[in-house]
Amino acid sequence: MLGARFGTHQAGPEGTQVFSPELAINALVAGLLLGGFYAAVTVGISISFGILDIVNIAHPAFIILGSYIAYLLNIEFGIDPIIAAIIAVPAFYALGAAIYQVYYLAFEKRGRAALSGLAFFFGILFITEVLLILVFGVDYRYVQASYIDQSFNFGFINLPKRMLIPCLISLLMFIVLQLFLSRTFLGRAIMAVAQDQEALRLMAASPIRIKRIAFAISIATASLAGAFLIIIQPVEPSVGREYIGRVFAICVLGGLGSLPGTIIAAMLLGVAESFTATFYGPSWAPAVSFGILLLTLAFRPAGILGR
Amino acid sequence: MRSAAFFLIALAVGAVIFGCARAINNDYVFFAGYTVLQFIVLATAWNILGGYTGYVNFGSAAFFAVGAYSSVFFHKLYPMPIPVLIVFAAVISGLVGLGMGYLTLRLRGAFFAIATLALAVVLQTLIVNWNYVGGSRGAYVIRPSTVAFLGNYIQYLFLIMLALAVIALTIARTIEHSSLGYGFATIRDDELAAEASGVPTLKLKLIATTLSGALMGMAGAPFPYYIGYLQPSSAFGLEYAVNSIAMPIIGGTASWAGPLIGAILLGTLQQYVTVTISSSVNVLIVGVLLVAFVVVAPNGIMGLFQSIARRLRNDRKPA
Amino acid sequence: MTANLLDVQGLGKRFGGFVALDGIDLMVAPGERVGLIGPNGSGKSTLVNCLTGTLGNYTGAVRFDGRNIAGLKAHQRARLGMARSFQLPRPFVSMSVADNIRIPLLYAVNARPGAHLSFGEISTRCSELLALVGLVDKAHQFPGDLTQVEMRKLELARAMAAEPKLLIADEAMAGLSHSEVEDIVALLIRLNERGITVILIEHIMRAVMTFSQRLVVLVSGKKIADGAPDEVIRDKEVERAYLGQ
Repeated sequence: MLGARFGTHQAGPEGTQVFSPELAINALVAGLLLGGFYAAVTVGISISFGILDIVNIAHPAFIILGSYIAYLLNIEFGIDPIIAAIIAVPAFYALGAAIYQVYYLAFEKRGRAALSGLAFFFGILFITEVLLILVFGVDYRYVQASYIDQSFNFGFINLPKRMLIPCLISLLMFIVLQLFLSRTFLGRAIMAVAQDQEALRLMAASPIRIKRIAFAISIATASLAGAFLIIIQPVEPSVGREYIGRVFAICVLGGLGSLPGTIIAAMLLGVAESFTATFYGPSWAPAVSFGILLLTLAFRPAGILGR
Repeated sequence: MRSAAFFLIALAVGAVIFGCARAINNDYVFFAGYTVLQFIVLATAWNILGGYTGYVNFGSAAFFAVGAYSSVFFHKLYPMPIPVLIVFAAVISGLVGLGMGYLTLRLRGAFFAIATLALAVVLQTLIVNWNYVGGSRGAYVIRPSTVAFLGNYIQYLFLIMLALAVIALTIARTIEHSSLGYGFATIRDDELAAEASGVPTLKLKLIATTLSGALMGMAGAPFPYYIGYLQPSSAFGLEYAVNSIAMPIIGGTASWAGPLIGAILLGTLQQYVTVTISSSVNVLIVGVLLVAFVVVAPNGIMGLFQSIARRLRNDRKPA
Repeated sequence: MTANLLDVQGLGKRFGGFVALDGIDLMVAPGERVGLIGPNGSGKSTLVNCLTGTLGNYTGAVRFDGRNIAGLKAHQRARLGMARSFQLPRPFVSMSVADNIRIPLLYAVNARPGAHLSFGEISTRCSELLALVGLVDKAHQFPGDLTQVEMRKLELARAMAAEPKLLIADEAMAGLSHSEVEDIVALLIRLNERGITVILIEHIMRAVMTFSQRLVVLVSGKKIADGAPDEVIRDKEVERAYLGQ
């Protein structure tokens, strides 16, 4: 699958790639575009884990869910997948609110150990994946859109539209979210609730409601991220699992809860994976993100823009 | 009851079980039983780190697979009896547990959990790319058809796993009633207060990850012989991760009995569902049960028993 | 002249840009009863956390019982003889009250060179400590069943169980009634008579004045007074910064 993402190969010894500047630059560009997409995938976790301190490892499953919904609307009604995702956003928002409500009543209210919360989301991850397998089967699904097979070409630089468009819209989404979090009352309340619930209560804002809104937003982003995913590559239910490591690697590397940090870290990871896949072969790429995650956790847990 | 007594009783129960299985004389009993016993070991191992110490491991499959692949590796070097392979597997997975713990245990529990996931994928990628043990093509391990005294090889594997289950349960119970067990519990309850009370938390956590990892590796060591053809996707299969978490949580994480009950109940349920419906529905059921228990009955089945018992005791007391 | 039990030179702690402690010097002689007061946010708990090793990355030198404890982790300092009770009680909720007391006996006392307490001896000391704080009949109950006051007593008892040379009591009396405060003060004085050095951090001035032989005042991370209690409370700066509130 990664081969499809990174373009053609020239075989070197034992599957490695012959090095050439054109290839390196293309790998860099592909990595940056990929990074933009990874940022969209991660922003939900930046909110739920970085700001709210909820370890929602089921997030990738919601992204895959988003992919399938975009797929359905695309196949049935011919709607562009990104438009389809935007249509689905309210449903995802409601789903996020509902899940937070259960999470709050079952865990936060009772002051339960983090173990149960982790197990809860782990269970949801599997339930979602298996339900998708039962409904859609394990075949790869992909969407149809005019731009999917097209590319811009600047000299030897290859910019596939199916990567460029999600990247650009992802950056747009980030700008909107960052403005929301820093300029609006609700957004600043969300940033504040992570640090001081008492102060919020004194301001007559309900911390629980604020957190629920924030978590719902984080799940809503999964709808868009899912559309991006299925534009970039064909999707089947277990694809989500490779993203768990990527998402948390980016989140930790970028410094929890920092949106600009998320983008930078996502780009770095995208470029690292792109170079690995181009020069060493796609089968090593999953190890890149998880390896980076392990190393970051071991040596610099505060991230690059460390606190 | 002292640990030695527990061990002997467990051995006796094991012998009885083996005897009954032989009496039924149907190979399927041994195949299915092996799986359940394997889960008993995995669930018990997970619980030492997860239930007793409070650190959730999502990468149980990684340790299991390390055990399985270490068997493949040594088998290719020079065929040796399974008990020896088990010892090697224990050492190697124990070291992996120690290494992983050293890298990540200074962080909060949530980061540790995520790191275990990361580790599982890294290990899987390494093994997929390692041709000596078959890589993604898989490795064939020819199972001898008979074994002296027992006759049937699957019965031999069953017996080995039975022994491992007895050992795992004894270790868990011994820890529970020792000062090590108290130490683990303080880490689970309040790590900061534990340190302030003199508990060397990092050292104990490393003991827990090493021990847990070693036991899981031991459970994986006979697996290539059981299955005959080992592929990374089956060794690292998601059912190991879900089950090693679900079984202790559903059974009850506070004591050695919880993982045992959880493994027996869920294990047999899964055998039934896989055969009658499908293996996907299987995992769905486990996931649903896990979420249900975590939300409604977080202390598991054992916890339910205990609160019923406490309520009965309180009712009987004079007002 | 006996050496100081605790010798703090220039202790500093920052959280990012915020300076929580700014060059604190503190010397405590063995057997002293020191009171530590200051407004909320002045850094008292941060000081305790740095001394006991719960917080790291501080600047300055700390010597305890003659040795430099830089780099030692919290559990090692506990084993050396430094114990503290937490401002908000942090009991081990999954075990009984008696077992809570057992932990420091198992892990701090028994880990000291030459110590080999048997199970029976540990149980005996457990009962003694429970009796000392008046929690004997709650021995088999769980922290979740205790009242606030009882939890504070458990917190103190657990710190005492580590058989420390220095006990730091961090606001152990908040919310207690008049007679309960007197009980705790009497208890701490009794401990002191057994040879335990005590640093008492408190807001309740009555208790502090009764208890302390020496009073230290912390404001905004700096020590502004250190001397006999009667003189310190009359100090103009202390009045302005703290008592005048």
